[in-house]
Amino acid sequence: MAGTQIRIFLIFWRLVGVSVKMNKIVASAREALADIFNGAVILCGGFGCVGGMPSTLLKALSELPVKNLTLVGNAPVLGLEAQKTAARTMQVPESYADGSLLLKNGQVSKLIASVPAMAIYRLQEPFPIVKALQEGQDIEIELVPQGTLAERIRAARAGIPAFYTGTGAGTLLEKDKEVRQIDGRPYLLEYALKADFALIWAYQADRYGNLIYKGTSRTFNATMAGAAAVTVAEVAGVVETGELDPEIIVTPGMYVDRVVVRQGETG
Amino acid sequence: MSMPEGRMDEQTIAMRVAREFQDGMVVNLGGGIPSLACNFVAEGRDVFFHTENGALGYGGTASLEEADWDLFNASFQPVTPLPGMSFFSHDEAFAMIRGGHIDISVLGALEVSEKGDLANWAIGNMKDHNGNVVAWIKTGRFPPAIGGAMDLAAGAKRIIVAMTHTTRDGSPKVVKKCKYEITARKCVSLIVTDMAVIEVTPEGLVLKEAAPGLTPDDIQAVTEPELIVADDLKEVEL
Repeated sequence: MAGTQIRIFLIFWRLVGVSVKMNKIVASAREALADIFNGAVILCGGFGCVGGMPSTLLKALSELPVKNLTLVGNAPVLGLEAQKTAARTMQVPESYADGSLLLKNGQVSKLIASVPAMAIYRLQEPFPIVKALQEGQDIEIELVPQGTLAERIRAARAGIPAFYTGTGAGTLLEKDKEVRQIDGRPYLLEYALKADFALIWAYQADRYGNLIYKGTSRTFNATMAGAAAVTVAEVAGVVETGELDPEIIVTPGMYVDRVVVRQGETG
Repeated sequence: MSMPEGRMDEQTIAMRVAREFQDGMVVNLGGGIPSLACNFVAEGRDVFFHTENGALGYGGTASLEEADWDLFNASFQPVTPLPGMSFFSHDEAFAMIRGGHIDISVLGALEVSEKGDLANWAIGNMKDHNGNVVAWIKTGRFPPAIGGAMDLAAGAKRIIVAMTHTTRDGSPKVVKKCKYEITARKCVSLIVTDMAVIEVTPEGLVLKEAAPGLTPDDIQAVTEPELIVADDLKEVEL
């Protein structure tokens, strides 16, 4: 009896053919982020400036009723004003957005970053993280050197629970960390950074989730792909399977769960 | 801001730093004065500029017309492409740094000690804020930011510091002991300032070159540790 049912089921699947083939393209950013939950740890791709910031996804996340989020990124909350200052005469795209939208909404309870704000830019208003703290928001901050952050994320993707690095040895960051002498040099033990969602920027995708990037916009995006339980990529466009040359695919589709076409020029 | 007499401008400091770049070297440039050095590579040399956000072999600073949001350096400045350039992810960029594949890292500094300790990520000290980074950032005054400096200082083969010799109010930045938070210990090998070129050696700081018009005494007067004047002391060579 069960055998017959399975057979009928298989025939049915074969009949509907195309529609059941693997397709990671999701209609909207909102849909792609629908299962993000309170307290989730979110990897934010990009470097912290225009070019590679998953703006469409972060904007959509700021419109969802989720809170107590942990944001992880190099400089994920510098905000639009800092971008305009950094860009000088270049026109920052209207579509640009970052994690500071979430700060403004009080959705963030922890920030793990190498650059929470920048001392070298003097803005009209305080940096978004400074503002949020001054307004009385209770936000924990973990400062992590950029390379250690990248490696902790890569380690999570690669199933490496921890590693030693010379970065930070002899500094404030030694506090509460195991220091080990290896070949006569001090190294700090750093743990893999486990996350629930990775929100990343890419240039093009196919429906298998294979990704290619563009220039320096690859940055943390390719590092974070596959490093969280769920990876969502926003792309400028989707191409037919087979159109991306296997020799140039940077992120194999297995690391990507959902793909959304982004709104606006870039991130 | 006008520079006191005998001081070199930022472009000139960058020009002097760029003289250290030999043919075939991989060089990473930090923000501020160091980032200017990409424009002064000596004729006939191939120098490969590396940036943390994932490019090797970019050219000079891009003009507004050339600027492309997908080709920036780690100082958020648009740069130009060069034939033979390559792109990679952030973890790869730091494998290059951590793995000792960067020949020279040029960094800005708030302070350098006589032992070559570098302080360049925080204007201040965690102790001033009872060890609480949140309290520090909340003040809004010079929020600390690590960036890639600690990785570069710990991982590159050679660290050159490019900075002004003193703070805006004239205090020495070459000091006996750093009072600001440390980036890495005993990592700096050469200090290039608007007044001098100083080598960090096991014996102490050696004054190798002086800016035009400056005597060793002029430089010593705004330098905390005692300088050893090189036998072959020269005027800064560009």
